[in-house]
Amino acid sequence: MSATAAPQKPRARDRAPAPPRTKRRGRWLGLYSKAVIAYLFLPIAVMILFGFNDPKGRFNYTFQGFTLRYYSPSELLAFPELNEAMRHSLIVMGISALAATTFGTLIALALTRYRFRGRGAFNLFLFLPMATPEITMGSALLALFVTLNVSRGLTTIVIAHIMFSISYVVVTVKARTATLDRHLEDAAADLGADPWTTFRTVTFPLIRPAILAGALLAAVLSFDDYVITLFNKGAVDTVPTWIAGATRIGVPVQVNVLGTLVFMVGVVYVVINLIRTRGEGTPAIAPR
Amino acid sequence: MRRGRLVPFLLSLPGAIWLLVFFALPMATMLSVSFQEGSLEEGYRFTGTATNYTDAVTKYDFILWRSLLFGLIVTALTLVISYPLAYWIAFRGGRRKNLYLLLILLPFFTPYLIRTLSWKFILADSGFLLGTLKDVGILDEGFRVLATPIAVISGMTYNFLPFMALPLYVALERIDGRFLEAAQDLYSSRRETFLRVTLPLSLPGVFAGSLLTFIPAVGDYIDPEYLGGVNTTMIGQVIQREFLTSNDYPEGAAISFLLMAGILVGVFLYARALGTEEMTG
Repeated sequence: MSATAAPQKPRARDRAPAPPRTKRRGRWLGLYSKAVIAYLFLPIAVMILFGFNDPKGRFNYTFQGFTLRYYSPSELLAFPELNEAMRHSLIVMGISALAATTFGTLIALALTRYRFRGRGAFNLFLFLPMATPEITMGSALLALFVTLNVSRGLTTIVIAHIMFSISYVVVTVKARTATLDRHLEDAAADLGADPWTTFRTVTFPLIRPAILAGALLAAVLSFDDYVITLFNKGAVDTVPTWIAGATRIGVPVQVNVLGTLVFMVGVVYVVINLIRTRGEGTPAIAPR
Repeated sequence: MRRGRLVPFLLSLPGAIWLLVFFALPMATMLSVSFQEGSLEEGYRFTGTATNYTDAVTKYDFILWRSLLFGLIVTALTLVISYPLAYWIAFRGGRRKNLYLLLILLPFFTPYLIRTLSWKFILADSGFLLGTLKDVGILDEGFRVLATPIAVISGMTYNFLPFMALPLYVALERIDGRFLEAAQDLYSSRRETFLRVTLPLSLPGVFAGSLLTFIPAVGDYIDPEYLGGVNTTMIGQVIQREFLTSNDYPEGAAISFLLMAGILVGVFLYARALGTEEMTG
């Protein structure tokens, strides 16, 4: 788990790299890298495996037999509170991703298409939510809600999720709008398109992949969030807060299945991304 | 064009207002609360004294230091582990670069909490990893990982690895291969080429990755809560307890600001040491 195999260092000081040596070096480094990637998948593999477990008691700790039981809808939906938490998570994810993507895209356009007073300061301000620990943001928001006597619930969770997602969307979309060829828009304008038509037919199609990547990032951040939600959820549970509560009495197999299904969504995303880019370019979600 | 001058402000308005009301205003509120006294039931009043801060320092200075230390260790570990990985993908990835990059991201589609609970399961005292090693006799029966700093640090190292690996990859991938060829043409050894060309050019990535790892690591709540024990309490847990269990908002607010201050000082020192101004990317 720690860095067991640092890249092998060349021993001799010969300057002309002999092909066999290069190859061996590359092989060690490749082996090491693949080992690290395998390590990243270790807890995922365990999670998936124990989603097929058939535990006798309440604790899903030892593998006692293979079953597909928990993938059947009746078993998967056996916990009403978990279903409710899932519903909340999806609602929060949908609304917050939509809002954060809209706000973030507009800001990214403003920052990269226009020079205006206070642009540098605004950039720095947008960086702050990403540089603040979740626990600080979560507790600060709670302090505000308590001071203003706002009761906590689904609305406050959505408010919080939009807040912490905006900056990530800005960064993702900005990477694309900053490198956009302005001549394409100028050409549209020269051909008589008004600004809105130019945006709709030229700019938007060009930045759509980045907007989708931003939306995906916002959705993942929202679905994943535990700490900020914990402070502002009131009596409402999302999937992570429900699971956290369930740890006290033993996490049911359903959670493993749920995690596996979410992971599969990620797999589908990766496959689509690979087919679309066919080994060229950088995936849109990676920061540049 | 007069309209052109207004457009960027109008575009920024919704998001900016949202962040002002739900990010900046809460921070200001918390700063104010940290100088208040009282209870949730009786209400708070502003005192203007720093009692909450002095109390927090005397009570929790050890935990604050531990959090900073853990954050530092995790940052160093993720850097050491992911640098060779990012290097390999950037320079040897070839046509599979995208695949490897997406493979690094893929595990993190699974919620943080589920990943961490999976680690808790793997590292359990008589789980399949330690249990097997104990049965074979490699490990002592009393050996445990959970509830020790090792568990917390390794959990955080796992969870924050992509935050380090991706910026490193981006910085390494950007390096113009001709610089490396030039170094070789000038009879630089591989080692020298790496130390004097590749490494310096990748420093912006090191800086960005360190920030993205260090900041959430110091304030982390999930890993110490689910993998740690009484001897690994971190400041995030203290803040959580002050706010959600003891309802002592002023104290919690003061600790939250101390955490921010500690992080800012750390980042500032680091920026000075590295001499880079790539803070905002």
